[in-house]
Amino acid sequence: MLPSMNGVIEAVDLVRTYRTSTGVFRRRTIEVEAVRGVSFAVERGELFGLLGPNGAGKTTTIKMLITLLIPTSGQARVLGHDVVKESREVRKQIGYVFGGEKGLYERLSALDNLRYFAELYAVPPRDQRRRIDELLELVGLKGRERERVEGYSRGMRQRLHIARGLLHDPPVVFLDEPTIGVDPVGARELRATIRSLADAGKTVLLTTHYMFEADELCDRIAVINKGLIVAEGTPRALKAIVAERTIVEIEAYGVTDAAIERVRAAPGVTSVSVEEREQAQVLLVQSAKGLELTQQLLAYLDGATIGRVAAREPTLEDAYVALVSE
Amino acid sequence: MRAARLLAVGWLLHIKMLSRSSFNGVLGLVYPLFFATVAFFLFREGSPHALLYASLGASVMGIWSATSTAAGAALQRERWQGTLELLVAATAHFSLVLLPVTIAMSTIGLYSMATTLLWGRILFGIDVSIVHPVLFAASVVATIVAIGMCGFLLAVSFVRYRTAWALGNLLEYPIWLICGFLVPLSLFPGWVRPISWMLAPTWGMRAIRESALGGSPLPDLGVCLALGAGYTLAGVLVVETMLTAARSRATVSLT
Repeated sequence: MLPSMNGVIEAVDLVRTYRTSTGVFRRRTIEVEAVRGVSFAVERGELFGLLGPNGAGKTTTIKMLITLLIPTSGQARVLGHDVVKESREVRKQIGYVFGGEKGLYERLSALDNLRYFAELYAVPPRDQRRRIDELLELVGLKGRERERVEGYSRGMRQRLHIARGLLHDPPVVFLDEPTIGVDPVGARELRATIRSLADAGKTVLLTTHYMFEADELCDRIAVINKGLIVAEGTPRALKAIVAERTIVEIEAYGVTDAAIERVRAAPGVTSVSVEEREQAQVLLVQSAKGLELTQQLLAYLDGATIGRVAAREPTLEDAYVALVSE
Repeated sequence: MRAARLLAVGWLLHIKMLSRSSFNGVLGLVYPLFFATVAFFLFREGSPHALLYASLGASVMGIWSATSTAAGAALQRERWQGTLELLVAATAHFSLVLLPVTIAMSTIGLYSMATTLLWGRILFGIDVSIVHPVLFAASVVATIVAIGMCGFLLAVSFVRYRTAWALGNLLEYPIWLICGFLVPLSLFPGWVRPISWMLAPTWGMRAIRESALGGSPLPDLGVCLALGAGYTLAGVLVVETMLTAARSRATVSLT
């Protein structure tokens, strides 16, 4: 039995291990623990974000919740239905949208794609036309619905994905990195659509690795790293984790791994992350508030060409970096 | 009613998709040429009756090829394009999702059948005169449906086993032989015949020939459809087990 929880989506100690075999004559089985005991609950009407780097276990978690993967252990329920034992009931209540180019029939028009999935989700024939029209309007594809999907931009495909996931008007919607690879304007429109879902009373579980997206959209966030939830709370609460810190942003060229390790080991430094921006590397160094480390850090980067250096207040992204790198 | 509608819409949309593939279109022209040529050179010393016998056999080869090789490829394509997991996650019973896909493939084989007969007529002068046109049409439809049902049973295993598409390719040529498409079954060793009798294409082929050449196709037609129904029942019975295994071993979305 699941512990007593009132969430629309409930996960308790979810574990998922993948087994792969390699070798022809000497078969060797490798086990990878993608999710190592994840528990959370999402309340009715909540927009809940599952945040984590690539390979953290976000998609595996979502696939267990939408019944595509059977958990190795642990339990999960959607609207009270067990995702393993009552998978058909769960599927009736959920919509699933994932990001990227895949998941559509390229040689068919958007209209044909939607008609097909309307049948698959048992939308009554008399309601199909009206429902498809409403959704095309919602996602801004009205007038383009008779074109083949192969000619659609990434943003249009993503909007069509959302329309497909909402055909049967599910009360619970799972969005797995829906804005990945979409241009900034398209991504902003998608975020507005996602917000409108929550405003319409739907419970939304969103996975993303874009911090600003989670900050803008989510009521609550769980940060997942290496298959475990490392923090959970409102965006404000998560930001508070790093409120007592200062962030120094150093743009540099030609920084060696050894230099980064020296910075990481410096007294007072709590975490370091490196972003590649064209030829430049941008080091984000977190340290306790009040410490003046800039000169010391620059000394550790001796040999590298230093560009812009700035100290600033922490953002949700910094909280995320701190959580996944500590 | 809902199930019939889902089957019809699924069949129609997959036909639409398959017929829009230029690669399949070229194969649809080249393969029948190959089939018609083989039939002609095998039976060119025989009577016009024998040539028609062979030409009909060659034409059904296309239907089987379209299903056996394409069923695996289609499931693999669904995996690559990320639609397989959406089909699995849908509320419809997976049998109702998969069956129209394989029947659409065997229906596309109808194009190959017509082209084979046409090539035979144009290039080798094989006279295509059908004694019972209505029964012939019924036999062709029944054969297409039964081969589609056979493809369904194969496709169910493709969902669980990612590399099972190779099995479809492996089955292409043996079925041509042991279902008597080109060579009469009487030429094979006795132990082959029970295997042939278990295969719906054998009976579909016989019904097509009987109706074209002036025999009585109805018994063959009945056996063909009964076997097709048997394959479907077997597929429906195992599909949930296969899906559960695929969800457990995470093979639904892996390519």
